[in-house]
Parts: sequence; C-alpha cells; structure tokens
Amino acid sequence: MEERLMIEVEDVSMQFSLSSEKVNSLKEYIIKTIKRQVHSETFWALNNITFNVRAGESVGLIGLNGSGKSTMLKIIAGVMKPTKGNVKVYGQMAPLIELGAGFDFDLTARENVFLNGAILGHSREEMNGYMDDIIEFSELEKFMDTAVKNFSSGMISRLAFAIATIGKPDILIVDEVLSVGDFRFQQKCEERIRTMLDSGTTLLFVSHSIEQVKSLCSKVVWLEGGFMKACGDSARYCDEYAGL
Amino acid sequence: MLHRYFQNFKKFRPLLGELVERDIKIKYRRSVLGVLWTLLNPLLMMCILAIVFSNLFKFDIENYPVYILSGQVIYNFFNESTSSAMSAIINNASLIKKVYIPKYMFVLSRILSSIINMLASHCALLIVMIVVGCEMHWTMILFPIPMFLLIVFCLGIGLILSAVTVKFRDIMHLYGVFTTGLLYLTPVIYAMSLLPGWLYKIVMINPITNYLMMYRNVMMFGSWFSPGSFLLGVVEAAAALLIGLSVFIRKQDTFILNI
Repeated sequence: MEERLMIEVEDVSMQFSLSSEKVNSLKEYIIKTIKRQVHSETFWALNNITFNVRAGESVGLIGLNGSGKSTMLKIIAGVMKPTKGNVKVYGQMAPLIELGAGFDFDLTARENVFLNGAILGHSREEMNGYMDDIIEFSELEKFMDTAVKNFSSGMISRLAFAIATIGKPDILIVDEVLSVGDFRFQQKCEERIRTMLDSGTTLLFVSHSIEQVKSLCSKVVWLEGGFMKACGDSARYCDEYAGL
Repeated sequence: MLHRYFQNFKKFRPLLGELVERDIKIKYRRSVLGVLWTLLNPLLMMCILAIVFSNLFKFDIENYPVYILSGQVIYNFFNESTSSAMSAIINNASLIKKVYIPKYMFVLSRILSSIINMLASHCALLIVMIVVGCEMHWTMILFPIPMFLLIVFCLGIGLILSAVTVKFRDIMHLYGVFTTGLLYLTPVIYAMSLLPGWLYKIVMINPITNYLMMYRNVMMFGSWFSPGSFLLGVVEAAAALLIGLSVFIRKQDTFILNI
C-alpha cells in the first residue's frame, strides 16, 4: 500500500540575481539609474526538481557545496518561494535549520524556550508542558535563568535541539546540525531522531557526512549544480557519491 | 483564502506576545527603575520642553505643560512606531532566512510595543493633569477613538516603510530627518493660531495634526471632535492601511533575496 504524500516537490526552479550588482541603497539606485547601470545577471540555483516524500520515509539530500541543497530545504520550509513550480507540504513541520537562529541573546534560556516555541507556533502553555523534557535533554537545569549570551556554543546547540524536537512533528527537517557538540551529544541527537522516525515522523536530512545519511535515510535525492542527478535507494547512491 | 490567513494568524499569535514582551523586557532589563521609565521618560521630556518654551519663547497657551505632553503622546507614538517598524524586517533577518513566519508579525509586534509606551505616556498625561489642577471632562473617555485611528494609520505607514527599507537601506537615515521636520509641521509645541495662513494650510494637510487635534479636544478642551475631522481620520487611516498591506504583500516574497 502506498503511504500518503507528505512533501510534494513539483518541477521546482529557483532563480537568483547575482549580487555583484546588487543595489541596496536609494543613493546607489539613483546613481546607477542615471548612469544606466542597472542590469541584473541571473543564475538558476535549481532546475526542474521533482520528487515526493511519503509518510514515514527518511530522505537525505546530498550534493557538493553549491549544488542547491540549502535552497531546496528553504523552499520546502516555506522560507523562499520558488521562481517556478510548486511545493506542497502536508502536515506539521519542525525545521531544524541552523540551531539557535531564533535565539535572542539578551534573554535567559527559559525566556528563549518560550520565544523559540512561539516561532515554531507553540503557545506558552504548550511550552510549559515540554519544559521538563527540554531541561532534561539539554542538561542545562542550572543555567535556565542565565542569559543565553553567556552560553558556550555547545550549550546553545543543545538547547536549540531540545526545543526544536519537542512534541511529535509530522515532518522533521534537519540541516547540518548534527555536526555540533561533542560525540556524546551527537549520539543523543541521532538517537532522538531515530525515536521520532520509529514513531512515524517523516525526515528530510541534509548532511555532508555521508555516513550519517546512510545510517538515517532510506532514500536520497542527489543534487548536482542545481540539477537532480539521482533519486532513489540510499545505500546505492551514497556509495556512488562517496566514490566521487 | 481568508480562512487560511486567519488560521495562520492563530498559529502564530503566541509569537506576537513573545515578541512584544521581548521588546519591553530588553529595553528596561538593565535599568534600576525598569518599566517605570516608560512613564518617567515623557514626564521628564515634558518638563524640559515646558520650561524652555514657556520661559524662552513665551507661548501664551493655557496649561502649557498639558498642551505639550498631549502633543507628545501622539507625535512620539507616530515617530517611535513607524521608525521601529521600519527596521522590523531587516533586524529579524536571521530569523526570516531560516524559519517560516508570517513576516507582518514583526511589523505588528513593533507597533504593539509602541502602543504600550503610548498608553504609559497617556497615564503620565493624566497624572500631570491632576497635578496642575486641569479641569477633567467626561469627553476624556473618548480618547481611544483618535488613538485607534492613529494606530491603524501608523501600521499602514510602518508596513510601507519596512518593505521599502529592505531594498533601500539608506532610507532609515533620511527618515530620521523627515520625522524631525514633521515634528515642526505638527502643532506639538506651538498653537495653531500662531501660524500665518500659508503655513496653517500645510500643517493642516499633515494627517498627524488631525489625530492630535482630535485627541486634544477630548482630553484638554472637553469638546467633541467634528464629524468632518473624524471622517478624515478614518479615511486617512484606511488608505494608509490598504496601501501598506498591498505594498507589503506584493514585496514580501522578495525580502529573503535582499536581507
């Protein structure tokens, strides 16, 4: 039986204008208009990408730097709109794109839990319910009322990971975040992701560590220079990719 | 379509509260008097202005401190809310680049924090009115009407400014100059009767003047605002909001490419 669709990426293309000529002040704009220098070069970061992710699948996005992985993730997460094509996401999404992006460093850890929870769309009451779990997982019980600016980077990522993985999202998006922290914490994160996978969460995973992709994902989407090179069985394409 | 917008708003409503709370907390965290500053600030400012202008320039206005302070309540709200809304998008760039959040939330949260400050100044005004023995009128309970219209107006302006600033950063510097100029085109420190005819007309075109006069009428003079100025206020607020929304909605998908 086919599982229901969770993410549908339909013929997506993304065009950027090159920033060498980017105008971001009124003064520059007027000068360049007078001198007739406003012309924009463009390039396509993604070209006609199509793939589907079904419930319970774990899909890895692989590719070299600049192949369009992050752009693809941002489009799926709804941060960017594709120039052409469509992305449909069915279900609640928990993005783990760059840990700590939502932190305000002047606030305490506890206040940041509420702020970050709200960014993910959870109310204060919900976050209170998750608080014990977050404190336990991040091992920061002594520091919850300390301003985050005094935290080490390891502490920040522990807290961020704990907040991002609360509850039971339908889709978890993970971008290069498992490379932070010591090996023990990495294991803990991987374990947590695995538990979520076992309970039916769909995973979209980006990492340069081909080992991690191989161990967590059943399917990969391989991007190269903005084109989709392959899509399918994880073990097969990971070996091929590693052999590059 | 509209239903989807509403669902989205409901999902992110807690965020709005958190953002406003953060604004207020951070502003006053490191000061001993804390939130009391929201009240003290306009009071101290009023003292300076009242001393300067009643001794130096000798404006002949009854209850001059109350006159100035009421002008400040309105004008400072316009200044603070639009200036902070202006940088709402670019200051939250790191978040907007990473997570999906309806972007108008950032503008809205800045406006809401300014409303809290305006209400504090409003309380300061009441205190001053009691202290100087100003006559209290029942029309004072109408103050939410001009305030509400002003808030809608500022939200519209804030939406336009925040969207334009993403593309043209230097507008922020120009806007500081603009608001300073606008202060003198609003009857905050002087009386309208002092103005020569041509200047009077210019000052009357300024939408803030109308909101300010409505506010002063109900707070100080115990009279209703005229239906004409009420209607004008509604039209200007609605126009600002509609233009603001349409600019913002059209531009919001390009923010990510420019921040």
